[in-house]
Amino acid sequence: MTRLLVLVASCFFCVNLSATILVYEFEDEDKREQFDELAQELRCPKCQNQNIADSDAGVAKLIKDRVYKLVKEGKTKQEITDHMVDRYGDFVTYRPPVRKSTFLLWFGPVVFLVVAIIGLLIFIRANNAKKEQRAPKALSQEEQQKVQALLKQYESDKDQNSPN
Amino acid sequence: MKARFILFSVPLILFVVMAYFLATGLEHDPKELPSMQLHNAVPPFELTSVDDPSQIITQADFKGPALINLWATWCPSCRIEHPVLNQLAKAGITIYGIDHTDERQAAQAYLKLHGNPYALNVFDEEGELGLDMGITGAPETFLIDAEGIVRCHHVGIVDEKAWRDVLWPVWLDVGGFDPTKSQSGATQ
Repeated sequence: MTRLLVLVASCFFCVNLSATILVYEFEDEDKREQFDELAQELRCPKCQNQNIADSDAGVAKLIKDRVYKLVKEGKTKQEITDHMVDRYGDFVTYRPPVRKSTFLLWFGPVVFLVVAIIGLLIFIRANNAKKEQRAPKALSQEEQQKVQALLKQYESDKDQNSPN
Repeated sequence: MKARFILFSVPLILFVVMAYFLATGLEHDPKELPSMQLHNAVPPFELTSVDDPSQIITQADFKGPALINLWATWCPSCRIEHPVLNQLAKAGITIYGIDHTDERQAAQAYLKLHGNPYALNVFDEEGELGLDMGITGAPETFLIDAEGIVRCHHVGIVDEKAWRDVLWPVWLDVGGFDPTKSQSGATQ
């Protein structure tokens, strides 16, 4: 049991260790926080699905150095993001601005959800209508007798076929 | 009947939409990013020359039509395209170099060994100019027109195919010097 606990606990420590160590120093805690946020939110243009904090690509280091410089100069987060978007386009940020070309990205999922819900409602209504049509009607007396006769025949057949 | 029609048409429409997006995705290379430098002037800079640390080069010294080639001694792909650049320079096409995050001595030795195709060679030790031009790595090549506006941004090696298919048409379009014409003119 203790072994298991140690194993589970060590998993949590692994997660902590995987966070990248950034060697940029700030005197100001707010600026360090701002830098960390930007390093998480800016995307490396060379390596598709990594932020610049995680990436070892040359260009990621260039961007980090520039972000560091701009943060030290006292630029706001928005100003620094705009600075990078000017050079690398919307791709460089994991929070692209809402505009014509990013419309599908921002509202596509909502549109899909609405379409899916409408589709589901139509399907359920259609299904309910069918169920009502198909609901079994009570058997007439004639049908009832027929069923009884068939059941009787089935029972007697079974008795005859059994070896005992 | 109507419900049945909807039941069949909705998945069909969804399928067509999905097929369209997936098909366009096949053609799309996610590594190819739209260049922000395109149609913009070369950003202002003030850096020294690779050959001479006392010589200051600025954006005003880049006179188009010309190629701007970002290179480095640590970049293996740059070595592949270097003979092509030498050829182009020999044919009379102006090439400016940006030596990206490099060491000056190594760069000078490299150019001595492999030839120097660059009319001017900017020493961008920190890569600041590279970042301002929106580069993602080396080598990258820009083509500027007579006004110094970037008209083409080629990421990767300039081999004969890239030159012929990507840069050459733009080069002619901006009224760049045509070595094939001047040669035939000279022989006539």
